[in-house]
Amino acid sequence: MTPAILAGAVLAGAIALTSGAAQARDQIRIVGSSTVYPFSTTVAEQFGKSTSFKTPVVESTGSGGGMKLFCAGVGEQHPDITNASRRIKKSEYETCTKNGVAITEVKIGFDGIVLGSAKTGPDMVLSKKQVFLALAKQIPDANGKLIDNPYTTWDQIDPALPKMKIEVLGPPPTSGTRDAFVELAMEGGAKKIETLATLRKSDKKAFKGIAHGIREDGAFIEAGENDNLIVQKLEANPKAVGIFGFSFLDQNADKIKGAKIGGVEPTFENIASGDYGISRSLFFYVKQQHVGAIPGIEQFVTEFTSDRAWGEDGYLVDKGLIPLPMADRKAMRMQATGLSPLSM
Amino acid sequence: MTDAAQFAEPAGRSKLSPARLARRRAAERRFRLYGLGAVFTGAAILLLLLGTIVANGYTAFFQTEIVLEIEFDPETIDPDGTRDPEILRFANYQTLVHRAMQAQFPEVTERRAKRTLVRMISSGAGLTLQNMVLSDPGLIGGSQTVWLKTSDDIDSFAKGKIARDVAAADRRVKDQEIAWFDTLEARGAVRSKFNTTFFATGDSREPELAGIRGAVVGSFLTLLVTLVLSFPAGVLAAVYLEEFAPKNRWTDLIEVNINNLAAVPSIVFGLLGLAVFLNFFGLPRSAPLVGGMVLALMTLPTIIIAGRAALKAVPPSVREAALGVGASHLQAVTHHVLPLAMPGMLTGTIIGMAQALGESAPLLMIGMVAFIVDVPGGFTDPSTVLPVQIYLWADSPERAFVAKTSAAIMVLLAFLIAMNALAVVVRKRFERRW
Repeated sequence: MTPAILAGAVLAGAIALTSGAAQARDQIRIVGSSTVYPFSTTVAEQFGKSTSFKTPVVESTGSGGGMKLFCAGVGEQHPDITNASRRIKKSEYETCTKNGVAITEVKIGFDGIVLGSAKTGPDMVLSKKQVFLALAKQIPDANGKLIDNPYTTWDQIDPALPKMKIEVLGPPPTSGTRDAFVELAMEGGAKKIETLATLRKSDKKAFKGIAHGIREDGAFIEAGENDNLIVQKLEANPKAVGIFGFSFLDQNADKIKGAKIGGVEPTFENIASGDYGISRSLFFYVKQQHVGAIPGIEQFVTEFTSDRAWGEDGYLVDKGLIPLPMADRKAMRMQATGLSPLSM
Repeated sequence: MTDAAQFAEPAGRSKLSPARLARRRAAERRFRLYGLGAVFTGAAILLLLLGTIVANGYTAFFQTEIVLEIEFDPETIDPDGTRDPEILRFANYQTLVHRAMQAQFPEVTERRAKRTLVRMISSGAGLTLQNMVLSDPGLIGGSQTVWLKTSDDIDSFAKGKIARDVAAADRRVKDQEIAWFDTLEARGAVRSKFNTTFFATGDSREPELAGIRGAVVGSFLTLLVTLVLSFPAGVLAAVYLEEFAPKNRWTDLIEVNINNLAAVPSIVFGLLGLAVFLNFFGLPRSAPLVGGMVLALMTLPTIIIAGRAALKAVPPSVREAALGVGASHLQAVTHHVLPLAMPGMLTGTIIGMAQALGESAPLLMIGMVAFIVDVPGGFTDPSTVLPVQIYLWADSPERAFVAKTSAAIMVLLAFLIAMNALAVVVRKRFERRW
């Protein structure tokens, strides 16, 4: 019967194909953060065009997911490089070490996190403390007792702020942007409140619990991982504030504007100089055992850390990367091309 | 009320209350209006959706180009005159583009302004020249006019996606670039051409160089694997369960489970694929082979259910007649029942395949959500599929990808409509009614 013959042929074909795939991999595989993805893919494409190596395959799995795949072991079924929009965690490092993976850390630059709103909406000048007060699930009242966040409009927090409902669109907890936002903006704001600052000294864990708790009463809306979607929603609703990466502000500056944080505007220069308060570092991690085994890794790292890529006039800057200062770049390049091992 | 005649009261039943009759007719009228309303709302939403997609995306099928007089300088391309393809391949063709662009505006001398000027041309322009030289090394030493793609920002500006009247600081295309562009346009050096790149190349980080070929080929390979695996298995399972299996508790259990399987969220199949195909069998990540296997699992229940329904629709008299003239059970099924049920089975298969074509969630787990430049050439090459490409572009910061996203959606919709139309044709042409 035909189906049986077909099925047999397919089975044979599948086996033939699998055995073919068991040959050595000749293409770099990169996984990790969706924030670093645009930069990593740009370098990958340049690398593919300007060398005789194949263009690396870059997967967008998120920082955590990438680490999990990366640290799973050594061998060609495991990725060679992982991107991260935060530093590797101690626990992840331990998994890596346990599985015999030796890694080199490369810091590639900065990314600002912007609180933006539509051009047609009112200008916002916020402090981290105000951001915390607007978005925390629980805040201390006048006596230092924790209460559920009572604020519904911005002017209740500070009369200088616009009389506008607190409506913030932000990424879900799975996102690296959310992690960074909570750590930099919310925690930074919580530290400015006296009772919480004293709590931080006595009980760090309890402090983190409060500082990291985002309200769930509808004032903070989880708008998904897609920053473009947040930008579009802001355009449609000038009263809302969105949380997203700087590159999206850069690309849509005719439609949206960024709120000043602590009096500093989110501009390229301010983030690069470190004046803007909510910015984080971006990284990639290289599996040392794969260098030499998979062709092209060394050259890829060299391309990524060349000035024509990550320098002040490099092509990554066109894509929205905020470069490291010159001296840091030089040191980082030495560390990356020398494959110095990371220890924690 | 065109049907009023039907409701005319028959003679001798004049006791019927006219008021009650009017109420009944009014109720019917209202019901029809509700129905029409529902249909129109649905149609309006669909039109709105399609309208937005087309309005956003049609510009992606065109690309702005600038004509430049390119001098194929032998010093830059092949200083030693070896004409070795390796040397020709890695020569710096972008420099030639930069020189030609600067020749258009000799008054621009300041370094930053020069950089801005040359960036009006796509960074892929060098590749165009490289291909020209590789196919005809005789070009070296001469000069030729070449139409080259503009960068995505200039392209968006030319298409009116970046407005002139916005404050210069908020515009990605600055006044100076607009002035240059206008000069070039006045010289007749600008044109808008059908964007063949969009259909001819794989993904790219530069919107003007990005294409869907890689995703289309990936979708095709993946669906081929899905079809080859799920169709024979689905048909055999349906025939066995419907024609041969004894009706007992076990077959009931199997039937319930097949129906359950059809309703399992597709991401679960992705997790299964990750655990079994990748981790246990060690198949390659991001491969259409694995994608096809995962989607085959997802499509199988649809095919089995449609196949059983088609077999059920064949009247028992056909089987009985075949058995009556001495055919074996197998002969009755393969010679008579299966051919009659095949159109229905094919319809189910095509609809299942269309579903698989639009699926992206299970492919996330097996690494097909990835940036892949090279068009896949086989079942184990890394590849992506159309819905994933749409997702990746929708997530890109570059403004020009908005149009690309909508254009890719249009291509996907075209494939889906074609497949569903095929299902309708198969049904209309071959289906037999009793």
